[in-house]
Amino acid sequence: MQAETALGRVGLWFLVMLAAMAAALGAADSGFAAHAWIIAALGFVMIWVSASRFDPLGKARGFFKLPDGPSRYDDDPIRWGVIATMFWGLAGLLAGVFIAAQLAFPQLNFEPYLNFGRLRPLHTSAVIFAFGGNALLATSFYVVQRTCRTQLAFPNLARFVFWGYQLFIVLAATGYLLGITQSREYAEPEWYVDLWLTIVWVAYFVVFVGTLARRKEPHIYVANWFYLAFIVTVAMLHIVNNLAMPVSLLGTKSYSAFAGVQDALTQWWYGHNAVGFFLTAGFLAMMYYFVPKQAERPVYSYRLSIIHFWSLIFLYIWAGPHHLHYTALPDWAQTLGMVFSIMLWMPSWGGMINGLMTLNGAWDKVRTDPIIRMMVMALAFYGMSTFEGPMLSIKSVNSLSHYTDWTIGHVHSGALGWNGMITFACVYFLVPRLWKRERMYSLRMINWHFWLATIGIVFYAASMWVAGIMQGLMWREYGPDGYLVWSFADSVAAMFPMYVMRAAGGLMYLGGALIMSYNIWMTLAGKQRVEAPLNDAAYDPEADRPIVNQPSAVPAE
Amino acid sequence: MANKRIDQPTGTPTVGHEWDGIEELDTPLPRWWLWTFYLTIAFAVGYVIAYPAWPMIDRATEGVLGWSSRGELAEEMSAADQARATMREQLARIPIERLPEDGPLMQQAVAGGAAAFRVNCVQCHGSGAAGSQELGYPNLNDDDWLWGGDLKAIEYTLAHGIRQAGDDETRSSVMPPFAGAFDTAQLNALTDHVLAFSGKAESNPVGARIYADNCAACHGIRGEGDRAQGAPTLNDAIWLRGSSREAIKQQILDPRMGMMPKWEGRLDPVTLKMLAAYVHSLGGGEDFVEVAEDPEVAVDEQP
Repeated sequence: MQAETALGRVGLWFLVMLAAMAAALGAADSGFAAHAWIIAALGFVMIWVSASRFDPLGKARGFFKLPDGPSRYDDDPIRWGVIATMFWGLAGLLAGVFIAAQLAFPQLNFEPYLNFGRLRPLHTSAVIFAFGGNALLATSFYVVQRTCRTQLAFPNLARFVFWGYQLFIVLAATGYLLGITQSREYAEPEWYVDLWLTIVWVAYFVVFVGTLARRKEPHIYVANWFYLAFIVTVAMLHIVNNLAMPVSLLGTKSYSAFAGVQDALTQWWYGHNAVGFFLTAGFLAMMYYFVPKQAERPVYSYRLSIIHFWSLIFLYIWAGPHHLHYTALPDWAQTLGMVFSIMLWMPSWGGMINGLMTLNGAWDKVRTDPIIRMMVMALAFYGMSTFEGPMLSIKSVNSLSHYTDWTIGHVHSGALGWNGMITFACVYFLVPRLWKRERMYSLRMINWHFWLATIGIVFYAASMWVAGIMQGLMWREYGPDGYLVWSFADSVAAMFPMYVMRAAGGLMYLGGALIMSYNIWMTLAGKQRVEAPLNDAAYDPEADRPIVNQPSAVPAE
Repeated sequence: MANKRIDQPTGTPTVGHEWDGIEELDTPLPRWWLWTFYLTIAFAVGYVIAYPAWPMIDRATEGVLGWSSRGELAEEMSAADQARATMREQLARIPIERLPEDGPLMQQAVAGGAAAFRVNCVQCHGSGAAGSQELGYPNLNDDDWLWGGDLKAIEYTLAHGIRQAGDDETRSSVMPPFAGAFDTAQLNALTDHVLAFSGKAESNPVGARIYADNCAACHGIRGEGDRAQGAPTLNDAIWLRGSSREAIKQQILDPRMGMMPKWEGRLDPVTLKMLAAYVHSLGGGEDFVEVAEDPEVAVDEQP
């Protein structure tokens, strides 16, 4: 019986390999052929795995010391997800530091594979979709099982989602280096990679909704609303934005279904909501589970979570046109993009309030627990960038900031500060629990990571504010004779010190992530560092009174 | 199922749900949050009344302020144009030969030309107008001019370009390729002779004879060049494509010839005048006395 199954699998993978090889030989361009060869190689490895006793995954399980045996929840895909998060995180941050250095020192552009144009999408996709995406996959599977008190609905499909998503990442990343792109920001992969991601994403949706459906809780926890909003909306955004007609079924090139300003609007409807539903809604879902768990406190306000959830998802979807101020986009659409962005300010801050105020009654942990400290810093950066965003969407501000490095600084205060920090905090929470360890190897290293990352972001954001405002002012400066004072190249030359500072900030952030990787590796090895506790100060519960709502008159006894 | 209780540290009741140990407090919405939210909505309502906002059947509402981004651009451009109108009118009237006599106007023309140069010319000639020897874009700061360096000659080059297809008046010259015409020894001798004009090598009879037979017609017997044909001067220290032996040999065997687009039609005549004034002011500008020897450029002596 088992032999028959194995034989069936070999046959299946053999067909995959043959089809891929045929596609490689008949490919219309070398990029498509390269991708087909990758699939063929994958098929070959899988034939080998199915036919022999060779088990690379088993060896990898040993390498990463994945715990065996049954557990209450289906945690294996989550463990792989945590490992993938760290791996892609390091890759993405390294790419980021490298392209930051390229901007300061253009000699670092190595043609053609390692020039800025190809590495930049590699960086953005690696940090958003590979690092952030794996964090979302892993935490959503973790959170949905625990808050629904059930196991993943379709365990095999869940594994397909994880490994299929990794294949998407590999195809996207290799495609960028080979010069395959459809030139849509944050949606650069070409049509066949988009199709594959659609299949994976629908499977993700099925697993998640299936797990929700078999929950043993009467209510669906707020984190799961956010995860569901993220999964559903990203599916819609991805499909609509990538509607395209391929030139050849065996070639990479395709043409968008939209043209001109409609195409630009579709792209930024997608682009802005990738921020809104991938990097905001999805990560708020992480926040809603891991912050109360780590703080051991109830969520601040159920009502706020409802109101800010619905207002956030209703308002976010309209805000995209603010990326196209003062372009060919009609004025009325620009107006709508701007006012919806401004109305979005408070719904965004609702998440920050609910996260920060959850610490009411546990604020002392900011002093003693570096993981809580990371979460607080993440929420602070979230609040700052969701204020900055509506501000930048105001047309008169945008006329100065648009096309400058201010935008880059804004994105990174959100990405490094909010997404990065909250992900690191969640991974620090997850690793000891998933690997059945008592605690992380070293709390002091987490503290080091916290400070390196925080100072790195400050370097990054501050230098980009200065750079952006300087660019904006230089580009619009007129002399007394009524002519422009600077050429574009003058503004590029003026950026040099800021670009060096930005690269230094990025390097510090990468350094923090390297310390984290070492810390995790030692935790996996089952070690605990002998170190002094972070804080010895005594905790006095009487002195710790919340900011809002005086305690009721009921005495503590 | 509801298990409501009062949370001790905050004194707030819980909602009564619990998931994996997480409870939720029944805290009301923070007032400042709610009122700020209302405020942003009120702002949005006011803004969509004031500005173009609601898409209707064939157009959008225009907003009570009557603002449009195109209207704003037109207003700002016309304000800027009006500020410069007097100067532009004067520039349009004055023949370029008379421009140096009007000091203040010349100054304004140079400033305007500098701005236009930053937008249109720096891509090839560089932001300091130093050109690129590697790519063959001429340095505009030096005294060497292929086609003439007085205001009128520069303006002509700007207007009609160099080797611009489709313009009958464009400046044009062709250096024939000599690949295969000489053997290595002859090529070396010729290169020596060319370099000897500027004292970088010893001349020799073989090279001198080849030069006289093949090159002197355009470049002149002493390498003095000929602006009428755009033939570069060979007896100075300035080399468009490099002064190394290899660079010179390559230019003899397989000459590269640059191309400059015509700007007439893309830039208005006043901007062309200003650009000419700016380029002329960079350091190598020549006055008309020298150029009067050049038959290509007729100087209008009448005021």
